[in-house]
Amino acid sequence: SSSQSGMTEREERRFAEVPRESIKLMAESSGVELSEEVAALLAEDVCYRLREATQNSSQFMRHAKRRKLSVEDLNRALRWSNTETICGYGAQDALPFRPLKEGELFFVEDREINLVELALATNIPKGCAETMVRVHVSYLDGKGNLEPQGTVPTAVQSLSEDLLKYYQQITRAILGEDPHLMKVALLDLQSNSKIAALLPYFVYVISGVKSVSHDLDQLNRLLHMVKSLVQNPYLYLGSYVRSLVSSVMYCILEPLAASINPLNDHWTLRDYAALLLSHIFWTHGDLVSGLYHQILLSLQKVLSDPVRPLCSHYGAVVGLHALGWKAVERVLYPHLPAYWANLQAVLDDYSVSNAQVKADGHKVYGAILVAVERLLKMKALSLTLAAEGSGAGLPGTTTGAVGFRENSPGLSPPSEPLSEPPLGIASHLQAGGAGCPWEEWTPVSLPAMYCELYSFFGDSLAVRFSTGPPLGGATPPGPCQPLEGRKEPASSAPNLENTRKMPQLTASMNISPRQDGSPRMEPQPPSLAATETRKTCSVEVPPGPGLGTTDIFPKARFPLPQAGPPAFSFIIGGRQMGRRCQGRRFQTSFTPTPPLTTHPPRAYAHKLPVIGRVSKPVRRWTCSHYSLHLPL
Amino acid sequence: IIRQKNPKKKTYYAAHVMTPLLSAPGEKMAAVQDAPMELDSEKETKPEILSDGTSNLSGNTASGTLSSPPLTAGGAPKQEDQQTLIAVLQFLRRNKLTESVDILRREACLEDQEDSQTLDGSGGGKGDGDGGDANSLLSRVSIASAAAPQSTLTPIPVKSEYDQPDVSVVLSAYSQQGDPSLYQVYYTGLKNFIESVLDCHRAELSQLFYPLFVHMYLELVYNNHETKAKAFFEKFSGDQECYYQDDLQILCGLTKKEHLKGNEALLDFRTSRFVLRISRDSYQLLKRHLQERHNNQIWNIIQEHLYIDIFDGMPRSKSQIDSMSGSFAGETRREVNKAKVFYGLLKEPEIEVPLDDEDDEAENEEGKPKKKKTKKDSMGSKSKKQDPNAPQQNRIPLPELKDSDKLDKIMYMKESTKRIRLGPENLPSICFYSFLNAYQGLTAVDFTDDSSLLAGGFADSTVRVWSATPKKLRKVKSAAELNLIDKESDDVLERIMDEKTASESKNLYGHSGPVYGVSFSPDRNYLLSSSEDGTVRLWSLQTFTCLVGYKGHNYPVWDTHFSPFGYYFVSGGHDRVARLWATDHYQPLRIFAGHLADVTCTRFHPNSNYVVTGSTDRTIRLWDVLNGNCVRFFTGHKGPIHSLAFSPNGKFLASGSTDGRVLLWDIGHGLMIGELKGHTDTIYALKFSRDGEILASGSMDNTVRLWDSMKAFDDMETDDFTAATGHIPLPDNSQELLLGMYHSKSTPVTHLHFTRRNLLLAAGAYNSQ
Repeated sequence: SSSQSGMTEREERRFAEVPRESIKLMAESSGVELSEEVAALLAEDVCYRLREATQNSSQFMRHAKRRKLSVEDLNRALRWSNTETICGYGAQDALPFRPLKEGELFFVEDREINLVELALATNIPKGCAETMVRVHVSYLDGKGNLEPQGTVPTAVQSLSEDLLKYYQQITRAILGEDPHLMKVALLDLQSNSKIAALLPYFVYVISGVKSVSHDLDQLNRLLHMVKSLVQNPYLYLGSYVRSLVSSVMYCILEPLAASINPLNDHWTLRDYAALLLSHIFWTHGDLVSGLYHQILLSLQKVLSDPVRPLCSHYGAVVGLHALGWKAVERVLYPHLPAYWANLQAVLDDYSVSNAQVKADGHKVYGAILVAVERLLKMKALSLTLAAEGSGAGLPGTTTGAVGFRENSPGLSPPSEPLSEPPLGIASHLQAGGAGCPWEEWTPVSLPAMYCELYSFFGDSLAVRFSTGPPLGGATPPGPCQPLEGRKEPASSAPNLENTRKMPQLTASMNISPRQDGSPRMEPQPPSLAATETRKTCSVEVPPGPGLGTTDIFPKARFPLPQAGPPAFSFIIGGRQMGRRCQGRRFQTSFTPTPPLTTHPPRAYAHKLPVIGRVSKPVRRWTCSHYSLHLPL
Repeated sequence: IIRQKNPKKKTYYAAHVMTPLLSAPGEKMAAVQDAPMELDSEKETKPEILSDGTSNLSGNTASGTLSSPPLTAGGAPKQEDQQTLIAVLQFLRRNKLTESVDILRREACLEDQEDSQTLDGSGGGKGDGDGGDANSLLSRVSIASAAAPQSTLTPIPVKSEYDQPDVSVVLSAYSQQGDPSLYQVYYTGLKNFIESVLDCHRAELSQLFYPLFVHMYLELVYNNHETKAKAFFEKFSGDQECYYQDDLQILCGLTKKEHLKGNEALLDFRTSRFVLRISRDSYQLLKRHLQERHNNQIWNIIQEHLYIDIFDGMPRSKSQIDSMSGSFAGETRREVNKAKVFYGLLKEPEIEVPLDDEDDEAENEEGKPKKKKTKKDSMGSKSKKQDPNAPQQNRIPLPELKDSDKLDKIMYMKESTKRIRLGPENLPSICFYSFLNAYQGLTAVDFTDDSSLLAGGFADSTVRVWSATPKKLRKVKSAAELNLIDKESDDVLERIMDEKTASESKNLYGHSGPVYGVSFSPDRNYLLSSSEDGTVRLWSLQTFTCLVGYKGHNYPVWDTHFSPFGYYFVSGGHDRVARLWATDHYQPLRIFAGHLADVTCTRFHPNSNYVVTGSTDRTIRLWDVLNGNCVRFFTGHKGPIHSLAFSPNGKFLASGSTDGRVLLWDIGHGLMIGELKGHTDTIYALKFSRDGEILASGSMDNTVRLWDSMKAFDDMETDDFTAATGHIPLPDNSQELLLGMYHSKSTPVTHLHFTRRNLLLAAGAYNSQ
């Protein structure tokens, strides 16, 4: 019977009730001691008043012809009953009401807002959609739908004729043949403050990437369009970010029709798209909650899918790389052992039919190597900084970011913070995890990580990683790196030369002195120099005159272009820790291509198909800090 | 401005506007404005001048006489006072307070009556005297009809120890009714009785449950018996009809006297009479039972707080009762709806209409008007004969037609010749006006009669006017520029417009709260808007500026509507009254008081002599503009009423409510004649087609439904005989009457409008969520 009475009690309880404990607590917080009796009375009265206010407020809702009771309705009811209104809950979005497991406490999440940032924000959205009336003949003679009502766009605009014209000309210019026109159009798209109304249309155009996956050129143009839109400070991308990201991701990850032909340089496209992705994410990632998580998940999915072609894997790796070392650590690193087996199988197959696939495999290999290298560097740096106190630890970051914009005609890579993305985004994947197949992830210590990676890459990793100046010292964090590389030669090239360090682990290191000192010189990442004799390589390269540039890394020495088609083979071996392979043999032969006269120092780069990209360097990214984008 | 421009007009209105109404407007205003503050007093607080004499709500609550028809209404209170005094005297005497007795008697000048009373009381034999008292008691309780067979009743056996039974009766009005701890017993007793009677009576008598329940509960709460009230509620709330759930929700939370004070609606419930309609047979049964059981407490409550309207005839069935009940004040007293209503249309003014024979095109081709023969329009001829049900042409003073009005009438007649005849086989086309990007919340919409303009009221306090035709909206030029215009030129009306200001829409700023109602004047020169800020504003559509702010409601104004002849308009709001205004008076001409809760929507009758209001108290009232009386009172809705529409012939009324039902009413006979079920959410829009064959309803459930109103009206045989009982059997034929249901994608329908050619326009804000 007691259970029955409990039941009825529950049924009778039609309203939420404020417990007297809460009343007492509140009284206490304002310094009043309440007796049990008073608290009970107050609790009851509060309940009644709340109900009354709610009932009154429903009238405002009904007259506003809404189904959803808003805070505003309640405030109106309060105002008319001469009660103070409640402020601060006027936001349109639903306020997440969260439980705190430990204390059986429920609270409304109330994030802190940086008012200064908000006040000084320059990307104030302009041109909000005007309220308008649209007529639609819904039913003719009471029968049937004349035309389907279709989807009403969320922001239907009345496009003025000017805007329409602008839209047509811009799209025509960008997708057209004239590179000059395209440049002008892109520049305008980047700076025009009055095109908010056109944003949905541009986004729609961009979402057309799927239909032109055979045309690298068009894909490239569309990506440039994305870049311009993203860089336009007057545009509020809002939820369109999602659409843009999915278009960019398409270019990164999909086995594009264009990549069937090995002559097409879809690798560059993927690199660019990855760069763009990271740029969108770092600048607009906060517009869509959970974006970071979603991107990582889709990258991980591709990476762990062995059926996907290597170019997709390549995209996933560069994508992760672009998203920062944390992403690499989180996704790529744990997947490496599993992935390695597949990659190795590809690389071990010397059959002719496999040649193309194997070349692709080398790409992936290179990409992984570069990503992993930065992971190690950044991780080490972050450790040092953590030890030093991160305050002054990033001397070059800000200037780096600024300086970058100045001398970069292309994309300005975002400065990558050492920390995780802002909690607002990342918290979703950390705290939430609801239904997300996010793997348990425990940080691995740096030495352990190095050991593990070394087992895969052997000395090629050692070469790249260990030869730089001491971490946290001369090597600035990622984003500043190219800047330093660029600025210092101009100002203090000799100095750099002096401070250049000898590689420590390489066995047959031979560094030629800088000969041209050109500020446009690429930083030199190649790392094919061999190390210990047992497991490595013999690179028969005579040091050439045009080959003088080096910076912090040792570089491979290659034959001069005029020295005839070079052919070399080498093995990169690592202790494979019981894995069956003994070493990695790279065998490459080149067909000569006419040297580029305009960029003599880079001419040989074409012939270095081993790691990284193959074909012509992308001029737009000469200043990119990603070693991946540098011609090797 | 209007007066200065048109001195003739001024005299016109001075002569015709009802002088008694204007004589003491300040007084009226004061009374109304004070009303909310006085509500906790037990007195009638509604402004007396305008409240209807026959309304059950404004009935004198102090009067205990149910039987007193309006004739004796004046005498009853006096008699009541005397009885009270006598009772007090007797009480004093019994307690040996002779001095006080003397003083009171002296002051009240009560010598004679008191003596005669005491003589009567003491001198009369016990049996006789008791019988007489019992009879007088019964007569107070008994029904309106003089033919009540009192002789057949067994007299109430009065306790013989009391010589003066009056004392207890009268005092019981001051104390609580009986012992609160016994309320459960009383209620259970009645419940058992009602459950034991024959089926045909049970449905009728079950009506008693709800008002008794509420009154007992409130009585308990009012007298601070909190725990008893809760127990009472828990025990019996489950027995109540489901359509009272909303009220029970409110009651449930109300457990303290202090709570009651702030709740005007419930206070009104306590002080007003809940009306029940019961057949004579059922009533006799009830009375006999209560007398046999000496159940005086129930009897007292019934006599104090209920009004039982007894009709001769078959007891009603459960469904019949359900269709009529549900309101806050019970059903309608039949006599309330007895008043004559002139629902007919006014005679159309005779306008010479140049009627072109069918060949418009031929005329245009030749470039000059061909046979410009003028003849009386066929439409005019119909209304030439005076409709017997129409009010006198000048019953309400109406503005004279201006030339532009005549032109518009001609346009109207021309258009109406091209009107499509609608019917079940020929449904109208529907155009949907979607408000896009209405993030600020669309709250009200109106079209002009000729469908050329469209106004939207928004929650952000703005009013926006759109042109629904390619013609753009233009302002009149500024005064300085107007001076430069050649006033003699033929196209002066065109010249005064400022071409620079042409745009598709204009925003009107002035309100400081959401705009809940908008209404165009019939001549398209003005727009009214009512807002949460308590004002109604009149906007000029020539200058797109605000001309007047009508203050008076002081609380949110939920709706406003222009008279079909212009000049007058009505507004209704949270202050529970509707007001009639004239555009050139800053104070209301009439205050229609009587609703127990907010007046949610207001409409003018096509002949402008009546105003209908719908309320949150779930009732509809029709008010006579001439004298301010409530001439019709309709109950049956189970939720607040949010839409009203008159049929074009003025004979019928349709009402829509949050309960998703449309009810149809015969105004002449004061009867409910139809119930249209189907909508699943609040009905915000109702409109009859131009000829009244089709009723369109638009709802929050994103649908427009078309109903065969012709069939609904024709099927109902209403005459004076059926009207006498106050109800007729309603067929459940919603499905047959539903001609079509049309979905919008995600747009609640907030307004419906039939163009002059019977194209249906619907409007609403696209809701992207």
